Amino acid sequence: MDMFDQLFSLLGASIRMATPLIFAAMAGIYSERSGIVDIGLEGKMLFGAFAAAVVSFETGNPFFGLLGGIAICILLSLMHGFASVKMRGDQVISGLAVNFLASGLTVTLGHAWYSQGGLTPALTNAQRFTGITLPGAEWLGENIPVIGPLYEQVISGHNILVYVAFGVVALTYWVLFNTRFGLRLRATGEEPNAVDSAGISVAWVRYRAVIIAGVLCGFAGTYLSIAQNAAFQREMTSGRGYIALAAVIFGKWHPRGALAACLLFGFLQALETRVQNVEIPMIGELPSQLFSAIPYIITVVLLAGFIGKAIAPKAVGVPYVKER
Amino acid sequence: MSQLAAVESPRWVRIGLIPLLQLVLALAVSSLVVLMIGEDPIRAFKIMIHGAISTEFGGLSNTLYYATNFIFTGLAVAVAFHAGLFNIGGEGQAYVAGLAVALVCLTLDSTLNVWFIAPLVVIGCAAFGALWGVIPGYLQAKRGSHIVVTTIMFNFIATALMSYALVVWISPLGGNSTDSRYWASDAVIPKVHELAPSLGFEASFSLLSPVLLVALACCALVWILIWRTRLGFAIRTVGSNPNAATYAGINANRVIIITMAISGALAGMMAFNEAYAAQGRLILNFTSGFGFMGIAVALMGRNHPFGIVLAALLFGALYQGGTELQFEIPSISPQMVLVIQGLVVFFTGALDRLIREPVEAVFQRRAIANANAAVAGGN
Amino acid sequence: MTAPAIELKSINKRFGPVWANRDIDLKVMPGTVHGIVGENGAGKSTLMSILYGFYTADTGQILVNGQHINIQNSQQAIAAGIGMVHQHFMLVEPFTVLENVMLGMEGQGLLARAQSKARKALNEIASRYGLDIDPDAIVGDLPVGLQQRVEILKALYRGAKILILDEPTSVLTPQETGQLFNILESLRSQGVTVLLITHKLREIMAITNHVSVMRAGKMVAHRDTDRTNPEELAELMVGRKVLLKVDKRPACPGENRMTVNKVGYVDDRGVKRLKDISFSLRSGEILGVAGVTGNGQSELMKILTGALQPSTGSVSLETGAGVHVLKVGEWPDAGQMRDYGMGHVPEDRLQQGVVKSFDASENAILGYHNKEEYGSPLLKPENIVNATLELMEAYDVRPQLPSLKTANFSGGNQQKLVLAREMMKEPDILIIGQPTRGVDIGAIEFIHRNLIAARDKGAAVLLVSVELDEILSLADRIIVMNDGAITGEVVASETNETELGVLMTSTADADAPVFEDKGHSGKYEKKEEAAA
Repeated sequence: MDMFDQLFSLLGASIRMATPLIFAAMAGIYSERSGIVDIGLEGKMLFGAFAAAVVSFETGNPFFGLLGGIAICILLSLMHGFASVKMRGDQVISGLAVNFLASGLTVTLGHAWYSQGGLTPALTNAQRFTGITLPGAEWLGENIPVIGPLYEQVISGHNILVYVAFGVVALTYWVLFNTRFGLRLRATGEEPNAVDSAGISVAWVRYRAVIIAGVLCGFAGTYLSIAQNAAFQREMTSGRGYIALAAVIFGKWHPRGALAACLLFGFLQALETRVQNVEIPMIGELPSQLFSAIPYIITVVLLAGFIGKAIAPKAVGVPYVKER
Repeated sequence: MSQLAAVESPRWVRIGLIPLLQLVLALAVSSLVVLMIGEDPIRAFKIMIHGAISTEFGGLSNTLYYATNFIFTGLAVAVAFHAGLFNIGGEGQAYVAGLAVALVCLTLDSTLNVWFIAPLVVIGCAAFGALWGVIPGYLQAKRGSHIVVTTIMFNFIATALMSYALVVWISPLGGNSTDSRYWASDAVIPKVHELAPSLGFEASFSLLSPVLLVALACCALVWILIWRTRLGFAIRTVGSNPNAATYAGINANRVIIITMAISGALAGMMAFNEAYAAQGRLILNFTSGFGFMGIAVALMGRNHPFGIVLAALLFGALYQGGTELQFEIPSISPQMVLVIQGLVVFFTGALDRLIREPVEAVFQRRAIANANAAVAGGN
Repeated sequence: MTAPAIELKSINKRFGPVWANRDIDLKVMPGTVHGIVGENGAGKSTLMSILYGFYTADTGQILVNGQHINIQNSQQAIAAGIGMVHQHFMLVEPFTVLENVMLGMEGQGLLARAQSKARKALNEIASRYGLDIDPDAIVGDLPVGLQQRVEILKALYRGAKILILDEPTSVLTPQETGQLFNILESLRSQGVTVLLITHKLREIMAITNHVSVMRAGKMVAHRDTDRTNPEELAELMVGRKVLLKVDKRPACPGENRMTVNKVGYVDDRGVKRLKDISFSLRSGEILGVAGVTGNGQSELMKILTGALQPSTGSVSLETGAGVHVLKVGEWPDAGQMRDYGMGHVPEDRLQQGVVKSFDASENAILGYHNKEEYGSPLLKPENIVNATLELMEAYDVRPQLPSLKTANFSGGNQQKLVLAREMMKEPDILIIGQPTRGVDIGAIEFIHRNLIAARDKGAAVLLVSVELDEILSLADRIIVMNDGAITGEVVASETNETELGVLMTSTADADAPVFEDKGHSGKYEKKEEAAA
């Protein structure tokens, strides 16, 4: 049973690691499917994490924290949207600006408000999203072999945001492929001329897309600071926004594919902390750095077309200008 | 008038006034942040300026030291920009180049002196940086993978690689858990304050070294490359109109690969200043965002070496002033400089049109009015 | 009397100092096909964009069926019953036909029901107008003719009673053009009003009831098609008697310069763009290549100038630089071609000939920048500027400012700069595409005279142009291309537009299918199977 225990705890940890990636990747899908490159996932997430921690600490209510995180991320999204849509600016540069700004502002404000070198004060459990034990988890875990512990350790026991993340994937899939908004969103990312000539405002579709991306980044950031952890720390996203971007590409801009990529990357992160000093037969000790590099390496390999081919939405990154 | 399709606004407006207004806007918004945390922005800027240019505590020297790093990474971004490539990978390219510093110094610093080591380190840094830049360049040219995404990924791969190299290979040779040992002192370029007495002046401690001169030389070389060589001509053609490049017999793929090698090499030179000259050892995450700062520098400097020097000085001053600021106004974190960096990138890059269009419109209207007056006068 | 389907009253539109449309009046009667002709840049597209709400007019009125309406955006145009088929299709390629048609007209938030409704309506429209198409086909997999059909269906699905077609035949094969005209006939018989924008007079004569002519932003004439003729329309378009023959002596062809031997090209999608092209070109002659745009001329030019690798065949060059046999797999690039003694003026100068953001002097050496005369090892600006001034002087490029950004020159002056660059080097072979596209009349004559002069100095000139007049007046021999093959060769002095027109629409060999595309149609079939 020991082996199962280890496996299940690894899987449970994978899901927890994957959760912020999932939110951010879905954010990336909405944005990029509408034709707006979102390098700024990292910065939005970071600022969202900060805002959630601050609001939750000040109000004592994690739901307010979530709203705070979402609100800030929407603001950053609108900034990115304004630069990309209205000003027809370079979307990569705008995204980078968001990231720089978030790195700087979170520490600057945190430092000024709490004087802890950019950290926010530790949160009590009441100020956080904590694990939920699903009905029957304990009983099943003790009485049913394998399936029971699987339910108890892998499926049950996560905080609410983890379950929301999976709901968001299903919702995203449904929105993209079963609603009018989804049809228009996908069309905008491929051929904005077609959308415009059909009498739909390209700008409005894109603004809505980046706002949704903001909301989802707010969830991602909130999860990091007040669910997975109990405070905001400097640079606590540590590249997760970029990993989410990699997952979007790896998942070929499809929610199902991106979910799979996020779970894989989450699994690798969970593994990373567990393989240190572990001898693997035949291979020896694997460097933990390898695990942190794998998502990036396979994204490069995929983009280079060595395994399959990731084809981005055709109009992604291109500001829409009416043709003459 | 019929021969002209459009009228351009004057050069000083395009490369002087507009970037300046954008900078002012960025600083104005930064001031709001300072106000928000309850401090006086005017006072803060005064302290920063003083801290950045005072010679008393090495302020000016350190400004120049930071500027040295920013010139290298700014040039790296600019060269790639001229070929239409956005190299976000300067950070990783510089980081990997740090490995070259360690390789050269750890193997040779006990046998060779600075005159032999320094050139080897330069070659090593340029080569390693070029390698880390050329792979994304190759993948863009031959496999069509987007350079922005690939260079981002390469930054993270570099982080993993370097942390492995430092922890597993380099730190066991001396030094603590994540850093290398110090390079032998006579194998390292002396700093300006160390050289000063022999040159007949006194200077207080700073990290500034003669590498600044190397950086300025690189500026000159980049200027020659871009505007006086055939390769530079090809680079600019590919960057502005790849179709025309094909018709001119320019192999765009080859140009992209070469450009990324040059860009990477320039970024790698940052390690020459930082890991070799300034710190005298290899430190985990020694690049600390200087590579990304190159983006702001290149944008602000309009991808021109002269502009890059000015922008690098500006950001060097902000960095140095920022560290000074925390002593005077403890509630302002030195990370404030990142806020300014972000805003500069935003206003000079993404929101370029916000200022440019109205300003240029004013000057164009004037130019057209003048031209019409001239035509009327001629008739 | 019935009200016109469309009536425009004194429409004005300015872009900065340029009058794109000036005091335009137009009446289009319902149930007719109304042609609007004019040269490139005459303002046709702007006018239609105003009608379709892409632009708003500065002043003027629009009446649809006698009612004043205000069109601020496409949606209002659609609501007024106006549909538009753009020159560049507005189609989402990864979407199905059905999704493309319903985009913007979904009617409800959820797609499932919207789709079944749309499918029914689409089938109805398709059968009413005879526009067969598989609603579940992926648009990106369809041939161009069918994609255009999707565009028409889109407009009809939106309830269009007035259909604007902007240069609809520029991308079509002659067969597809024929099918399009059948569709237009059927639309007209069902009471749809069609506005056909074109610069091809043959099409105007073939299908329209009425025709309006635009020139330099103004509407210069309205005619009933059966009371006019191409000559009159051409004259109206250019504003004066078309120069039919350039003053030139008969050619005295010398030695062979270029022999093209069975050159073929298959593109990425597996479409045969060029089929066994063979011809030869001699010094002291101009060989014209005539044909409708998109019948392989561009690919031929790209291959001959080194911008594209052919799939089969070979070319041999015999110039002052020696004899060179070019083979597949070791095809030279454009720079080497220049070294072999070839100059070329690309078809689309902004896309291929110049870099807009460069100084004029930099574009004056583009492609020749490796020549030592511009400085060595570093480029010498004064050498470049002096060379540019020489070019500007010789070809009357104005203003004579080598340091001025190229984008700031007018189209004619940019073209003269490119021509000067390529012709002043006096290459043995000159390959010239659309030399007078977008160039004003004065410059056209100048360019034509210089081409003749180059010929008389012994250059072998290959002239690709879609303007038949130009080919007829400049060329000594003419080859005609259709569907990637040469359909005939004629002597310019012994032929006329009619004969060329016949050749331009005939096929090289009877059994060659028009859309020979094995891999591609295979994919299409597979998609259908998957859908079934």
